[in-house]
Amino acid sequence: MPDANDVKPSRLAPPPVTRRSFLSLSALVSFLAAMGTALAGVLRLPKPTVEPGPVRRYKVGHPEQFPLGAETLFAEENFVVRRDAAGIYAIATTCTHLGCAVARTSEGFACPCHGSKFADNGRVLAGPAPRPLPWLEISRAADGQLVVYVDREVPPGTHFPV
Amino acid sequence: MATTAPPSETISATQEFLSNLRQLPRNLKDAWFRLGRVPGSEREESQATFHNLFLHLHSVRVHRRTLSPSLTLGLGLIATFSFVVLVITGLLLMIYYKPSTALAYPSMKDIHYVVATGRFIRNLHRWAAHIMVIAVFAHMARVFFTASYKRPREFNWLVGLGLLVLTLALSFTGYLLPYDQLAYWATTIGANIANSPRELTDALGITPYFDPGGLQKRLLLGAQTVGEDSLIRFYVLHVFLLPLLLVILLSVHFWRIRKDGGLARPEDPAGGWAEWGGKMQRVFEPLATKTYGLMAVVRGRRPPVNRGPEGTVMSWPHLFWAELAVFMLTIAITLVLSFYIDAPLKELANPAVPENPAKAPWYFLGLQELVSYSAFMGGLVIPSIAVIGLALIPFLDRRPGGEGVWFGTPGERTVAWQSLLFGLASTVGMLAFTVNFGWLRNWFPEIHQLWIIAINPGSILVVLFAGWSLWVLRRRNSVRLAAVALFTCFLVGFVVLTYFATVHRGPNWQFYWWPSQWPVH
Ligand code: FES
Repeated sequence: MPDANDVKPSRLAPPPVTRRSFLSLSALVSFLAAMGTALAGVLRLPKPTVEPGPVRRYKVGHPEQFPLGAETLFAEENFVVRRDAAGIYAIATTCTHLGCAVARTSEGFACPCHGSKFADNGRVLAGPAPRPLPWLEISRAADGQLVVYVDREVPPGTHFPV
Repeated sequence: MATTAPPSETISATQEFLSNLRQLPRNLKDAWFRLGRVPGSEREESQATFHNLFLHLHSVRVHRRTLSPSLTLGLGLIATFSFVVLVITGLLLMIYYKPSTALAYPSMKDIHYVVATGRFIRNLHRWAAHIMVIAVFAHMARVFFTASYKRPREFNWLVGLGLLVLTLALSFTGYLLPYDQLAYWATTIGANIANSPRELTDALGITPYFDPGGLQKRLLLGAQTVGEDSLIRFYVLHVFLLPLLLVILLSVHFWRIRKDGGLARPEDPAGGWAEWGGKMQRVFEPLATKTYGLMAVVRGRRPPVNRGPEGTVMSWPHLFWAELAVFMLTIAITLVLSFYIDAPLKELANPAVPENPAKAPWYFLGLQELVSYSAFMGGLVIPSIAVIGLALIPFLDRRPGGEGVWFGTPGERTVAWQSLLFGLASTVGMLAFTVNFGWLRNWFPEIHQLWIIAINPGSILVVLFAGWSLWVLRRRNSVRLAAVALFTCFLVGFVVLTYFATVHRGPNWQFYWWPSQWPVH
């Protein structure tokens, strides 16, 4: 009977796997799997669970402070509040391209960073901005003041009836 | 060699102690400088090289071609030495800098106006950073055009690419630290570029389920907007993590140079005669048929038995003089620039009003121009294509030849010139068209965002360059020439876009012939 070592390994007759090498390989694989899992857990750390930074929710005043047809700019907070026949609405003034603060122009808004232009209602007129300026959610606080949520978007055209 | 007198049986311990004390200065010196004098023989010179931890990175002998300044232009060394300057000046700045939004800007002002030599140190840091970025880019171009990435140096090309990315990341993270207007808005734009996959996911309407852009931005900033969390993240990256990675990769880079057999250079000719320095010269004595196979534990050519080493010279002193000269040059340029030109410090960061124009550091301005067409395509896709393309070069172009010679294979110079013109014409043409006629959104205001992501001046340029390179591939029937065409086009495109965005883009990212024409506001 030919010795196992005499057989030349080929694809059809691969060299035999010894118990020892199988066990060491399994040990190595489970070690790597454990390390990988641990690493993935550790790498989870930099992703903030709670969003730090200011709560972007602002009391802007009573509805009477916004007369029909007028516009109030909140430059620090980056939005405008307007009132028309249908009610009050707020539009963010942060460019949807790369986040610069847009400036008021005669035809709407213009972004200084890469030249995006927006209409009064936030629609994109020109430039690289991929989306219209977002309309923001408004609610009324217990003391009767209006609250604007800068992080909550509503469909364009949504008015807060007053 | 200095030795202490052997303590004889007769002297007492006290005497021995005193005599050791007397000889202390001399023995201390011997411990430091083992040879004790300037090496005189080649044996001593090689010992000087390989008995020293820092010098032994070098081989004892170095090929004369490697020393020729016109081959390397010293660019890798310049990059390394400016990194050394950056580490030293960076450490000094860390003494006064305070990474918090309330204190960062005041501490920068202190460094600028109060701290003795503070402004100068900061200028040095700034200028060394610029020089490092330029040198790294130029070094890559040098290695490419001298075909020095070919086997066995593919791996080192990849390491070098990693170093390029790290260098840019270091510059970007350093940009936020002063926390002035420039810093705040450049970082806002950068973080939103990381956010720009949203452009695609929004257009497809899948952002609520799959939002890689938002994740990237949150990891980078630690919040939705640039603030305290972002500043501390950028600080840690800038002063610790990225420099550490850079040092590690740099060590690998140097180590690989040795293991790959030194800098790439053409095969020494069999007859011992080679055209060198404009005339035929005898570079070594031809004798060999046998090679030292076993001795050559490095990859690359095997040194033939009995072949004289005339192609090489001793590293001590020739190589070290050359390195010292480049070091002095780097320092001199940095010092002069820092003496005359101050690093900018704008007003305190103001989240309500962006700088107008809000420009990134100059090496990102080419990207910013692309980003002004589409954030996702220009800010992420095209840079990724460029990096992946660069990484693939040594694996797609595998035919040996031309290593270590500028434009070493036939036709390279011609193709490079043609590609230069092609790249110049297409980039300038594209820019002129866009400035004059606008782009899709100006013609079809209701167009879907996906069209703009796919078809914009940036992506068209990439397609043009790729097409040109394929044409060269078919026409010239050479992978190397196609690579030269593509690389040259990208390089030219990068330079033209950078220049254009630096000089010709003004407030509202509008076109102006000169910054002096910007409207005053
Ligand atoms: S951030 Fe407004 S156009 Fe780029």
